[in-house]
Amino acid sequence: MTKRLTCDVVVVGAGMVGAACAWYAVRAGLDVRLVDRGPVSGGTTGAGEGNLLVSDKEPGPELELALLSARLWAELAREHGAAIEYEPKGGLVVASTAPALDALRDFAAGQRDAGVTAVPVDGGRLAELEPRLAPGMAGGVHYPQDAQVMPALAAAHLARASGAALHPGQAVTGVLRTADGTVYGVRTDRGEIHAPAVVNAAGTWGGDLAALAGVRLPVLPRRGFVLVTEPLPRMVRHKVYAADYVADVASDSAALRSSPVVEGTAAGPVLIGATRERVGFDRSLSLDAVRALAAGAVGLFPFLERVRALRTYAGFRPYLPDHLPAIGPDPRAPGLFHACGHEGAGIGLAPGTGRLIAQALTGKAPELDLTPFRPERFDTDGGDAR
Amino acid sequence: MTEPPRLTVVGAGPAGLAGALAAAARGVRVTLVDAAEQAGGQFYRQPAPALGARRPQALHHQWRTWERLRDALARHRAAGRITHLTDHHVWCLERESDAGPVTVHALRGPAQEVGVTVRADAVLLATGGYERVLPFPGWTLPGVVTAGGAQAMLKGGLVLPGRTVVVAGTGPLLLPVATGLAAAGARVAALVESADPAALLRRAPALAAQPGKLAEGAGYAARLLRHGVRTLARHTVVAAHGTGRLEAVTVAALDRDGRLRPGSARRIPCDTLAVGHGMLPHTDLAETLGCTLSGTAVRVDAEQRTDVPGVWAAGEATGVGGAALALAEGHIAGRSAAARLHGTTPDPGRWAAADRARTRLREFATALDDVYAPPAGWADRVPDGTVVCRCEEVTAGQVRDAAGTLGAGDLRTVKLLTRAGMGWCQGRMCGPAVAGLAGCPLTAGRRPFARPVPLGVLAALPEKE
Repeated sequence: MTKRLTCDVVVVGAGMVGAACAWYAVRAGLDVRLVDRGPVSGGTTGAGEGNLLVSDKEPGPELELALLSARLWAELAREHGAAIEYEPKGGLVVASTAPALDALRDFAAGQRDAGVTAVPVDGGRLAELEPRLAPGMAGGVHYPQDAQVMPALAAAHLARASGAALHPGQAVTGVLRTADGTVYGVRTDRGEIHAPAVVNAAGTWGGDLAALAGVRLPVLPRRGFVLVTEPLPRMVRHKVYAADYVADVASDSAALRSSPVVEGTAAGPVLIGATRERVGFDRSLSLDAVRALAAGAVGLFPFLERVRALRTYAGFRPYLPDHLPAIGPDPRAPGLFHACGHEGAGIGLAPGTGRLIAQALTGKAPELDLTPFRPERFDTDGGDAR
Repeated sequence: MTEPPRLTVVGAGPAGLAGALAAAARGVRVTLVDAAEQAGGQFYRQPAPALGARRPQALHHQWRTWERLRDALARHRAAGRITHLTDHHVWCLERESDAGPVTVHALRGPAQEVGVTVRADAVLLATGGYERVLPFPGWTLPGVVTAGGAQAMLKGGLVLPGRTVVVAGTGPLLLPVATGLAAAGARVAALVESADPAALLRRAPALAAQPGKLAEGAGYAARLLRHGVRTLARHTVVAAHGTGRLEAVTVAALDRDGRLRPGSARRIPCDTLAVGHGMLPHTDLAETLGCTLSGTAVRVDAEQRTDVPGVWAAGEATGVGGAALALAEGHIAGRSAAARLHGTTPDPGRWAAADRARTRLREFATALDDVYAPPAGWADRVPDGTVVCRCEEVTAGQVRDAAGTLGAGDLRTVKLLTRAGMGWCQGRMCGPAVAGLAGCPLTAGRRPFARPVPLGVLAALPEKE
């Protein structure tokens, strides 16, 4: 069973980012094959909540990518919105104390300068946006650009609709390189696929794929637990989280951090997410993590105390030491492109990443400056904080 | 004087009772945790005392065995060696280190809303099994119940699920269900078994070692005959019919390859269909502790130990084989746990009789498993429009689409793309059916919560440093 296939681009990883790369590459006129060792959405995509957030990002390259992606998500939703459960529900960040509210408002002012719509909400008016929120909050900020998709569905539908040839259940075992180091395809457990370009969209396993090509990309897993409740009528309208979530996202700490993001879903259950721990690929249940999630969620929405959690699951966010993804061509291995390391924001940042990769593949000027996302930056900067 | 070692036993069915008694008799302080109001599990399910049953034994066989277990439990409880926590629904087990205590997290109260924790040095998982039900058109109509559910209504509530009953599916449970319903006054219109029980005879070695089991089977057959119950072997229910509730079923004969015989379909009027396709082990608690599974069952060694230190397992959880096997396994597990908890190495010679019974009954269970497999091709007969996952109302067609064109290759991805198995039962009901329709193996469910838990209970768990 070793047939040799050829195409323009092999995208490795059929999660959200890989599906978006395939989508935009095909639209740029390329012949694409999307390969994954497992099923579609089998990795971090299938374990995420589908946050499309601009609210949690400070001004800088990631926020620019998030704003580009938010526009592209809205475009994609015009065609696929129902199938992928796209909901432009908006985010609401709340602060329980006056000092926390001051910090949040300063943060939001900076975001506004960068193009984010961020509307301050007085404590007394929070109930208009979220009637079941705990009383007594100091205030908050409303972010209408925050949205949500069902990530597994989004990746599966985009992959299918992209027009790329799908190869689930096919493991990449090597990256093919010529004597001068140029990449010309991949070796898989079912034969070679030859292509002048290979896109590393392997998420948490992106470092392993880079190693197969002989280059170093220090992608590490950061575990997160999500709690899922029984289905309810819509009780939570926005993505609601406490102001300290932003500090957790940017944290370098290995210890458990857990300010919860609480949100209702189209299907009924309330999702409670966002523990962050660096424990390697340990999937075993941490009752400490779910306790912290539950306590935080009940603190925001007291009615949740009597609501039942039906399940909990862990996922592994792929992160790089400076908390920015690797996007673009790898000068160390010509023909290799990276699109991984998006940490907990891969769903939200996927369309922008796919668009930038398609532009790089076709030699067009990228819409955003790729310098902060250079995959080789950890070699030159010595920034590997492992 | 040092404190006696502590063992928590989860489940008060045959395996859990045998294990608890064996350990308590050997100097171990046992806490028996069970969801029911009374000990006995599914097999020895007892009518609620308020119902004032005069002859509950009429609904059971092996009543003498039950009386011995019940009386021994009462003695150990009176002596303070066993604490029996009834109406405790375990949702999670936790072990902080290989040598540390095992904490059992349970819910109690009328709405299972109060959190309880029980700590012990070791745990015996006797969590039993659950029924496999495969879908067919009409299977969600009121009036269609599981075979085990019908039996539980009868044993626990002393009520009949209906007046005219068809018992259908496959597996050794169907016989006692049909005879029990007939004896209690229901008209059993037919016993529809997709397997060919005559095939058991071809497994002569496994059978020859089971004179008791043969006599049991012959006893059921005689009773069915006495009640005039028609047995249709190598037949299957093709559809259930009714508007609002069940009115009839269509059954048809199967050929050797499991295909429907053309022209064999016939309609049987009934108000109840009790259907089941065998049992599967309950392994959620074991999986969360990190115990390795073998197939769908918890893997154990000769002493019934799992591969997680301090965790034993016995009964259906380690492979479905019936109450007699569960008793043997539970007994061995209890003796092994007692010896190990006292810091000694047990001598298997001391439980040689139980060991021989276990070997024999496992061989027999394997033979039953081969004979009573769901008929080949059952999945192909489920029309696209039939609901497979009842909690989330996912149809067979949606499952096929996810597997066929969306690139789902395993149960988890089918679930993510269709929501099949995301609802209240978390795929316990539909998992085997979804796997069959998607053409992927039935894999462990990764369900860290063995049952739904109020967020308030989670939030109140003790915080660790």
